[in-house]
Amino acid sequence: MAQAAATEIMEDEAMIDPQDPRPESLPQRVWESIQRDELPPADDRGRMRVVMNNLVLHLHPSKVARPTLKFTYTWGLGGLAILLVALLVITGVMLMFVYTPSPETAYQDMLKLQTEVWFGQLVRNLHHWSGNLLVIVAFLHLLRVFFTGGFRTPREFNWVLGVALLLLVVAANFTGYLLPWDQLAYWAVTVGSSLLSYVTLVGEGLRSFLLGGPEVGAATLTNFYGLHVAIIPLTLMGIVSFHIWRVRKDTLSVPRRLDGTIDDLASAGSRSVEKVTTLPHLVARELAFALVMTGLILLWATWVDAPLEAAANPDHSPNPAKAAWYFMGLQELLLHFHPVFGAIVIPALALGALTLLPYQRFDLQAEGVWFRSRKGRIMAIVGAVFGLAGTVALVLVDEYALDLPRLLPSLPTIISNGWVPLAALLLLLLGYYAALRRAFKATACETRQSVFVLLVVSFVTLTVIGIAFRGEGMALMWPWEVWR
Amino acid sequence: MSEVNNTAQSTRRDFLKCAWGAAGLVALVEASGVALSFFSPRTTEGEFGGVFTVGRVEDFPPGSVTPFNNGRFYLVRLADGGFLALYRKCTHLGCAVPWNPAEGRFVCPCHASAFEMDGQIINPPAPRPLDRFAVIIADGVVKVDTSAPIQRDRTNREDAVYA
Repeated sequence: MAQAAATEIMEDEAMIDPQDPRPESLPQRVWESIQRDELPPADDRGRMRVVMNNLVLHLHPSKVARPTLKFTYTWGLGGLAILLVALLVITGVMLMFVYTPSPETAYQDMLKLQTEVWFGQLVRNLHHWSGNLLVIVAFLHLLRVFFTGGFRTPREFNWVLGVALLLLVVAANFTGYLLPWDQLAYWAVTVGSSLLSYVTLVGEGLRSFLLGGPEVGAATLTNFYGLHVAIIPLTLMGIVSFHIWRVRKDTLSVPRRLDGTIDDLASAGSRSVEKVTTLPHLVARELAFALVMTGLILLWATWVDAPLEAAANPDHSPNPAKAAWYFMGLQELLLHFHPVFGAIVIPALALGALTLLPYQRFDLQAEGVWFRSRKGRIMAIVGAVFGLAGTVALVLVDEYALDLPRLLPSLPTIISNGWVPLAALLLLLLGYYAALRRAFKATACETRQSVFVLLVVSFVTLTVIGIAFRGEGMALMWPWEVWR
Repeated sequence: MSEVNNTAQSTRRDFLKCAWGAAGLVALVEASGVALSFFSPRTTEGEFGGVFTVGRVEDFPPGSVTPFNNGRFYLVRLADGGFLALYRKCTHLGCAVPWNPAEGRFVCPCHASAFEMDGQIINPPAPRPLDRFAVIIADGVVKVDTSAPIQRDRTNREDAVYA
């Protein structure tokens, strides 16, 4: 017996491999099975390994070009968008526990959320403001990438993904807009979804499919809830991961000055790019920025409550019934064009142009230079001035002086208030392009940028007019009369 | 000989590829069909969409507009005694159009479309007159069938129903 036991012990000892590098203590073994690399890493090699072997950090490259860390180049907008998505997921899941998507309960749940649930108002505010901020941040991110030429080869497709993400963000906002089931929600969604019915042939079917019936009701609420909490977030997160991963594969464009030198103190005057490890140089900046922004959003959400109006009443449209603020540009367009043009043709043209933008020939070595060149900067200002003045002038003329359907009574309004003004506007734009290109002796890409600025400023102007200058009966008035 | 074999093999491979592709396509179409019908709107019986008995002819004086919120329509009795049931949904973007008795017209709060008492457009952006529902008058009783709104490009005298 004793001998048998001794043999066993000997066999056990034989099982221990003296070469085994694993530590003896159990907690340490568990920890190292989770985190394989040494923390904190001892050298650059170790830092790169940590990034490569970490699921989340792995979306980053292990090294980044030092000049791209400059805050005033990216303004941290992509990272801020990610932070907002994270905040939205956390607060959104919390809200799911206190909300039932049915017309009988939804509005009551909102009231309870704001009065009975601990920190309910704060969580709702955080969700509401983060969602609204995300629309702005995503749009600014798009502008930043455009104005620094960040969409150039090989990054064209990532621009397209970005446009898709912007649409998803708007869709998430729009579906979430209905959930409180107050007057604001009900009528904004009624108006917004009616735009769909102007799509030829399939529009009406599409609309009733989305709403789950002929008008906004119980089925709409469940449909929008499912879209808002499951389908859109999942799609969004899938494409976001792809988007960031593509940034890693394609690298960030490097900021340059007008003379083409790299815009970075450390590499002053040089044309070669220094690289630093992502950990800690990029990650530390990201975390610091995320902390500051989280703090600011918390402050804002503590003091400013998300709006909640009276419970939805299908018998009574409020006056004025406005769409969500990010659709106000579109709604303003609808006041001037036949609905097919205001809701379908013009937005589709704009979206098509936006998507295909990076595939245009780029005839300038200007990647990383803000607004392409000195000439490009001046032309951008010209575009902004024309966009602002032109839009205001056209809105005023159409409101007070020009009545195309009455001038052309023999034509159906889809022509007199659709094709005619659209053709006139496109001709004006073409004229602007040709005249500007000639006046400045500019390249196509500088001129195109000026047209882009003009259109963006027009859109923003329309949005501001819709939000602040349209009051009762959608009449034009001063902001202090609108918010009296 | 081997050449012939090769050709024969790749033809079979092509055929199988095609067959797999087609089967995959059919499966995709089927799955889409399932998803589409699963999510398609379900209609509720006995609510908006049915026939409403609204009252007797003499209950509505000529030149009156009476709202019926459950039926989503206005029963209009024109000055000449004709009955019209107007769908209250604005033909522009779907807002509920209120009747303004002071001005004697329908004015949409959303985009300022305005309509005459018989639904005719006074002010765009609405692209067509207010839709109407069929009015049935039998033995002095007025009924409105809300199952299908009737769209029209312009108003006609024949739209109205007379007792």
